[in-house]
Amino acid sequence: MGRYILRRLISAIPVLLGITVIVFAIMSLIPGDPATAILGAYATPENVARINRDLGLDQPAIQRYFIWLGNMLTGEFGRSYSLNRPVLDEILDRFGATLILAGTAFVLCAVLGVLAGVISASRQYGWADKAITFAVIIGISIPSFFLGMLMILIFAVRLKWLPVSGMYAIYGGGGLGDLLTHLIMPAFALAVVATGVVAWLSRGAMLEVLRQDYIRTARAKGVPERRVLMGHALRAAMVSIIPVLGLQAGFVLSGAVYIETVFQWPGIGRMLVDAILKRDLLLVQGGVVFVAAIYVLFNIAVDVAQSMLDPRIKT
Amino acid sequence: MKLFLSLLFRNRLAGFGAVVLGIVVLAVLATPFLPLPDPNATDTAQKFLRPGTAGHLLGTDHLGRDLLSRLLWGTRLSLAVGVAAAVMAALGGSAVGLIAGYVGGRTDNIIMRGVDMLMAFPYILLALAIVAALGPGLLNALIAVAVVNIPFFARNIRGIVVGLAHREFVEAARLSGMSHIRIMLSEILPNVVPVIVIAMSTTVGWMILETAGLSFLGLGSQPPTADLGSMLGEARAALITAPHTALVPGAMIFLIVMSINLLGDGVRDALDPRLRSGALSRPMAAALVRRNGPVPEASDDLLALQDLHTEFHAGKRVLRAVSGVSLAVKPGECLGVIGESGSGKSVTALSVMGLVASPPGVITGGAARFKGQDMIGADFETLRRLRGDRIAYIFQDPLATLHPLYKVGRQMAEAIQVHHQIGNAEARARALDLFRQVRIPNPESRLDSYPHELSGGMRQRVGIAMALANDPDVIIADEPTTALDVTVQAQILSLLDDLRRERGLAIVFITHDFGVVAQLCDRVAVMYAGRIVEEGPTMAVLEAPAHPYTRRLIACVPELGGGRRELAAIPGLPPAVDALPPGCAFAPRCDKAQEACRAGDIALEGASPRRVRCIFPEEAIA
Ligand code: SF4
Repeated sequence: MGRYILRRLISAIPVLLGITVIVFAIMSLIPGDPATAILGAYATPENVARINRDLGLDQPAIQRYFIWLGNMLTGEFGRSYSLNRPVLDEILDRFGATLILAGTAFVLCAVLGVLAGVISASRQYGWADKAITFAVIIGISIPSFFLGMLMILIFAVRLKWLPVSGMYAIYGGGGLGDLLTHLIMPAFALAVVATGVVAWLSRGAMLEVLRQDYIRTARAKGVPERRVLMGHALRAAMVSIIPVLGLQAGFVLSGAVYIETVFQWPGIGRMLVDAILKRDLLLVQGGVVFVAAIYVLFNIAVDVAQSMLDPRIKT
Repeated sequence: MKLFLSLLFRNRLAGFGAVVLGIVVLAVLATPFLPLPDPNATDTAQKFLRPGTAGHLLGTDHLGRDLLSRLLWGTRLSLAVGVAAAVMAALGGSAVGLIAGYVGGRTDNIIMRGVDMLMAFPYILLALAIVAALGPGLLNALIAVAVVNIPFFARNIRGIVVGLAHREFVEAARLSGMSHIRIMLSEILPNVVPVIVIAMSTTVGWMILETAGLSFLGLGSQPPTADLGSMLGEARAALITAPHTALVPGAMIFLIVMSINLLGDGVRDALDPRLRSGALSRPMAAALVRRNGPVPEASDDLLALQDLHTEFHAGKRVLRAVSGVSLAVKPGECLGVIGESGSGKSVTALSVMGLVASPPGVITGGAARFKGQDMIGADFETLRRLRGDRIAYIFQDPLATLHPLYKVGRQMAEAIQVHHQIGNAEARARALDLFRQVRIPNPESRLDSYPHELSGGMRQRVGIAMALANDPDVIIADEPTTALDVTVQAQILSLLDDLRRERGLAIVFITHDFGVVAQLCDRVAVMYAGRIVEEGPTMAVLEAPAHPYTRRLIACVPELGGGRRELAAIPGLPPAVDALPPGCAFAPRCDKAQEACRAGDIALEGASPRRVRCIFPEEAIA
């Protein structure tokens, strides 16, 4: 197992390099002089001179890429000119908030989605299946940013159960309880679409598995039906559900950009949007590479989980 | 096409989606001709008017602009942008996929590596990076969304093109000197267009949502032009004081995306033949029972099937898989049930314990009695307690019938533990003991093997051991040796024979092989088209088959015990059980068939145990 993990990590290196190449290529699409583009409103002559020196912007593209890559590998992501602080510091500050939000939403979508899928499949065409199918149709069609606004209107404004936005109360907040009350709405709003997708695909996977001969064998042995469903069938269905969960992690991360904007959540998604609007390109570049790298590592974890679940995968 | 449309509209939700989408599209097409105020005419004195105000059906926004007008124009823009992005992504992605799939080799490798890299990004990151580089704006948002979706199309199209690139018609075109570009455009492209269209129909909703999302973030359409996303984004500031400004565009996005999703699902379902045949149904824990007619009286056999009827209901078609089969076994007896595939022998076996896949299977009549107790009418818990405990099954192809993700020892232990409250260690010891009994070498280490790590013969022994786990009274073996080679088959058969003698097991042995029957069974029943056509003591039937079908079956066996045999040597095919001819079902293949054979039902005649269902039997039976 250890060797398998190591192998997967090594195989991630070209992917990570590819990501940096792609981001670099996209960023070189910027029209005009890169130094002025990066600095935007902060393009004073001395800033331009400094950034040209630091990033080698006056050099040819290939050299520029390797300077940039080398800087990143040593933890030097450059300086955000709109915030006037190192890009990496800002990213690390923001990433924790995103991790809390996206992580909670991911757990929600995995647990609720799989559960709904199992119930739906085991009651195929029954009322529970129909209700879940209906909820799934609604769930995957409602834009998360609109759902977030609806939830604010209902739960914060009308019912006054939950705070409107932010991660902590502005005055006197900060405890875990405070975090949780602020987390409920954005986490659910973020989880809804992914939950719908997971539920739908889990349902399909379960239906597929329930038709298999080994389920008939379990029943012929006299295994109680609950155990057939939650043991034999779900275990086998997980083999096709887990890759879906890996994909959903990407959608949850993507959705976090919207949800963080709606709920004023101080995460990396909102940071990226603000940075784009302020044309703080180094911050965008660093943030994109950072999140993409995290996502690649997460997918390795998914693969490892998969190989632990399925003995037929050669490790 | 007509079939497709009727299938599509049979799906009510898809029909609903089509109608909603149709209305929205008509409305935005008509927008320029409607008497609407200018969507960008501001009038701050009139701001935040509620819906229903005279002159402003949906009210006004924070600048006093008419919301209905903005909604329609915004929808128009959002739809146009979403569709444009879908078309761009489809064109770009298909071109990439076509080239990669057709050229193959290194080119393919490099392109697909790049595609994989693009797919390694959470999609919005890539879109954000592109917008960051090109600058905010609706056109740039459109480009970003299109580019982000290119890998999806490229991958799908490539997969199909790779399959096509070496087909005969492409080779022929190449030999005839056509240029590669012409081959791609005129020979391959037409074959992938349907896939492209389906992929577009399933992604266009996403693209509308994604472009709206970028506009919502302020990265798409810039004021004063507004698409649905930027309307929603602007409404955020006044969400609490004037919620209608958010609800109006939000509800519209929701409606559009939902109707596209419903329609897309409907399209896919209508194109998926598995749904039509009902093959996507989940078999329930026990087969459906809808008995019409009286339940037969109890007999004193150990296991008795009485006038069993099992049907498969697929849409309007009814397949009578088993029609009126009666069988019985006593302790220590082995009964062979023989027939071609499709004769109903397996369905008969599965019906005993309600294991017929249902839906589509329905047991419509008769009884299956164990020690006099009818199991077909029994409640599920009673049935479950008997399953695997008193009556156990051995199935064909143990690779498919053993759970692939559990160690075989654990599957063995479970078989015991669902009927006996014993600890894991004891169950394992018992499993080990059973493995020894069925002569599995190195039983200790085999317990910790997964099914795929065992050979076919070993797997089948595991299947037998599992059936024996609770010392059952009856074993129903459904072609347990078909997948095995001759030597292993002989070993397994002698193993079963020993067990029967040692334990007094009753065995019902389902097979298509008279050689196997001759080795193992005391009596045999021959099935054809869901009915028993002949039965009797094995030797009597073998030496003097009375039914022409039985005689043919026996003639197909070159030499008893000689391994796998094909029954295809009998001319003609077994009839489809939903199109049975009146009279004798074998008549179309029978060389003795006469008028009388097709006239009406033929009874199973003779004195038990020797009976035959034929007007002109080969041998007179006593
Ligand atoms: S009843 Fe007639 S057709 Fe049928 S098997 Fe006998 S002889 Fe042949």
